Amino acid sequence: MVEYDRVETDVLIIGMGGAGLRAAIEIIGRGLRVALVSKSLLGKAHTVMAEGGIAASVANVDSKDNWQVHFSDTVAEGVYIGDYRMAEILAKEAPERVYELERYGALFDRTPEGKIMQRAFGGHTYRRLCHVGDKTGLEMIRTLEDKILHTGNSRLLDETVITKLLKRDGRMCGAVGFSLRSGRFITFEYKAVIIATGGLGRIYKVTSNSHETTGDGIAMAFEAGAELRDMEMVQFHPTGMVYPPGVKGLLVTEGVRGEGGMLFNTKGERFMLRYSPEKKDLDARDVVARAIYHEIQNGNGTEHGGVYLDITHKGAAFIRKKLPGMYDQFKEFAGVDITKEKMEVAPTVHYFMGGIKVNPETAGANVDGLFAVGEAASGLHGANRLGGNSLADLLVFGMRAGISAAKYAAATNAIKPDSAEVEAEISRVNSFISGSATPAANPYEIIDSLRDVMSEKVGIIRNERDLGEALRVIGELKQKSKGVSVKGPVRFNQGLLGCIEMEKMLTVAECVVRSALYRKESRGAHTRSDFPKKLKEWKINIICTRSGGSVDLSTEPVPEMPEELSSLIKPEVYE
Amino acid sequence: MNATNADSNDAKAHAPAKSEGKGKRNTRKFKVYREDPSDGKGGEYQEFNVEVEIGMVVLDAITYISQRVDPTLAVRWNCKAARCGSCAAEINGVPKLMCKTRVDTIEGTITVGPMRAFPLVKDLVTDVSSNYETEKLMPEFTPKEGMAVPWKMSEMDVTRSQEFRKCIECFLCQDVCHVIRDHNTNYVGPRHVVKAASLDMHPLDTLDRSKLLTEDDGLGYCNVTKCCQEVCPEHIRITDNAIIPEKERAADNFYDPLVRLFRKVSRSGGARGNNNGNSNGKR
Ligand SMILES: Cc1cc2nc3c(=O)[nH]c(=O)nc-3n(C[C@H](O)[C@H](O)[C@H](O)COP(=O)(O)OP(=O)(O)OC[C@H]3O[C@@H](n4cnc5c(N)ncnc54)[C@H](O)[C@@H]3O)c2cc1C
Ligand code: SF4
Ligand code: SF4
Ligand code: FES
Repeated sequence: MVEYDRVETDVLIIGMGGAGLRAAIEIIGRGLRVALVSKSLLGKAHTVMAEGGIAASVANVDSKDNWQVHFSDTVAEGVYIGDYRMAEILAKEAPERVYELERYGALFDRTPEGKIMQRAFGGHTYRRLCHVGDKTGLEMIRTLEDKILHTGNSRLLDETVITKLLKRDGRMCGAVGFSLRSGRFITFEYKAVIIATGGLGRIYKVTSNSHETTGDGIAMAFEAGAELRDMEMVQFHPTGMVYPPGVKGLLVTEGVRGEGGMLFNTKGERFMLRYSPEKKDLDARDVVARAIYHEIQNGNGTEHGGVYLDITHKGAAFIRKKLPGMYDQFKEFAGVDITKEKMEVAPTVHYFMGGIKVNPETAGANVDGLFAVGEAASGLHGANRLGGNSLADLLVFGMRAGISAAKYAAATNAIKPDSAEVEAEISRVNSFISGSATPAANPYEIIDSLRDVMSEKVGIIRNERDLGEALRVIGELKQKSKGVSVKGPVRFNQGLLGCIEMEKMLTVAECVVRSALYRKESRGAHTRSDFPKKLKEWKINIICTRSGGSVDLSTEPVPEMPEELSSLIKPEVYE
Repeated sequence: MNATNADSNDAKAHAPAKSEGKGKRNTRKFKVYREDPSDGKGGEYQEFNVEVEIGMVVLDAITYISQRVDPTLAVRWNCKAARCGSCAAEINGVPKLMCKTRVDTIEGTITVGPMRAFPLVKDLVTDVSSNYETEKLMPEFTPKEGMAVPWKMSEMDVTRSQEFRKCIECFLCQDVCHVIRDHNTNYVGPRHVVKAASLDMHPLDTLDRSKLLTEDDGLGYCNVTKCCQEVCPEHIRITDNAIIPEKERAADNFYDPLVRLFRKVSRSGGARGNNNGNSNGKR
């Protein structure tokens, strides 16, 4: 008999980032029971790192802004393969969600008239990002966290790792995990589950993302039959720190350029004028990232492999008020005073546009009872995400996912997961620590090899040979991963956590590489040196599904938008 | 980076990470606290030699150990960017974030232990859940009803509260506070005074939490030593800007019924409201 705790709930939310917390508020508000889990402590999810702001066309600074322009920016920068309906919902609903967050207690920076302040960000036609200095994510998390702590009906199980989702009769009904703090296994029985597990930045070596972003929810949903979409679309943020090595990849917010910072190469040239004469330093992220990449490739980079970002002309007082986090970050980690000296920056893996395919109205996936939201979901951003659209996504679709999951749960009777499946999963996880005394492999060796190959072969500029090589290495690592085991108890065992994360990372990384190989064109964040042009026949979405032990790839046409929307956007042009 | 467990003879080198930039490498000695309270054997510091590169932080060494040398070493971290507040520890006895402490700022052996003010879970990880219980009891943001939307507030007014909202809940200030460490009182601790101040100084909040802080939350035990302020990685002036004003407000309210009356009036009627009638003018 395997021992475990049981948690019964109406809705299980996996993830305590902005998306999960916002969804929970809706479920609590409808009087249903909700359980939230997170690998990290409550209040420490990846979302706390978000800096620049939330995109919403409240038009406090540029009065010409409206949802139509926000919609059109989102579709165009997503290079026309996004789900137009998601972009429309986001653009229309973001302003109200931002004001609502303010009513929950968030304190945004203000305009001289006392309204919510907005800053410029790449790819947004107008100044659109509502922000709290460069700590917008922290304010969002703290506000939502507070709201939830002050309402009943929720069970918060932080430092709990979900390892598998369970279905019965084609419907989602259970999950198995363990508590890092107590070391006890837990099974969850629910009517609906919301995957709000964020992205998978950690499959790359150089990333701005937190430790926990290992794609777990996407991998588990995939195993449960969910379709994944646009997995090849990996956003490289143009500006990550490059030096010292310990902080390589750490984000330098786009807010620096939004507030007037400019990029220079080692020749002192403002190279963005050359790559993008109109939008310059604030062009979309894929454009700026590729420009920096080329400058470094062409020998115009610094000795640490970066270019310069300079905001000194704005003066110390301004910089310390608007970019306090950046000031501290450079001061303390690199010994650089950004009010007096240039920063050194280079692209870093930042965001995954791809993820679980969802219905734009309900956030529901193709499996009954499965919902997904936030970075774990896909469709909104298409081939490239605009800065600030993610935090807006968390609020807008977090709310929608909460409502749909609550409705679904209220109309559904509970089914019990199969206890044999529960016990099999617990034994499987346990086998990682009860394995041989001399393990064949350490999970972190495998994880590090994966991260290396992803950064080297599946980077900003891709080609068939490199991608094929990456796939080969992933195949080998999968083989090798069967031999991993670690020692010690379940409680706070980094090794065990590594084993779980390793398998999820290998699963999602394979989907990324296979999709990247499949898309034989260059579009948005996906650039192929062997297929440098954008091609009409590739205006489609690539879908990954699990079939047996392998990944099935298929394509779907991009949803066609109605006339009243297509008239808002610039038509797509092909060379 | 490369590490060996100094206790064992197994000094077989793990494949060192590729050198990046002109990183100078050298080997540093770390003493890391190990204890599993469930086995009742007590705790001890274990030595590890770790090869470090320029710019590396203490967390790099600790995660290296926990990933490559001894995966049973319990450690809590997430952002590695000093933004989430997970990796609080005592480094050579001083409460600090492991991810914000550069190895090259410390000479000699680097001793890393858990925060002492909280119950130990294992090794470097403590149970900080009591803080969330305290948070539940802190009256939440309570705006005046019926204000015109969208709200207006002046930049100057929000800046004051924003200082406290930088708090990443690392709980280092709780750890260093002698009232919490050494005295068994009902004092909720500096983090929670900062929280109260962040709400009290919200320009549109209508409550005054200073009374609660002094009457129920033991703020009186704080003798303004400023130790909390010194360790705060967000440089929040905890004592100067949160604790002292909250203490003063409580004292004002206590001694001066007129102040209380004025506050009540201005709150209900917006007597000094200068922001389009939205401000309650309580300060
Ligand atoms: C440095 C940085 C700055 C950014 N700045 C901005 C910005 O200014 N504007 C913007 O719009 N976007 C920004 N982004 C992007 C944005 O922050 C993220 O996309 C977003 O926060 C993702 O939120 P989420 O709720 O989907 O998931 P996350 O916040 O990533 O949360 C995921 C949650 O799922 C949990 N979880 C994962 N796996 C498991 C498991 N197996 N079991 C249990 N729990 C699990 C995690 O513990 C966590 O609680 C930034 C990103 C970074 C890295
Ligand atoms: S100032 Fe008060 S709260 Fe801060 S450490 Fe001293 S006694 Fe504790
Ligand atoms: S006030 Fe400062 S020291 Fe205290 S928990 Fe917040 S960030 Fe940490
Ligand atoms: S790991 Fe987030 S603060 Fe150190």
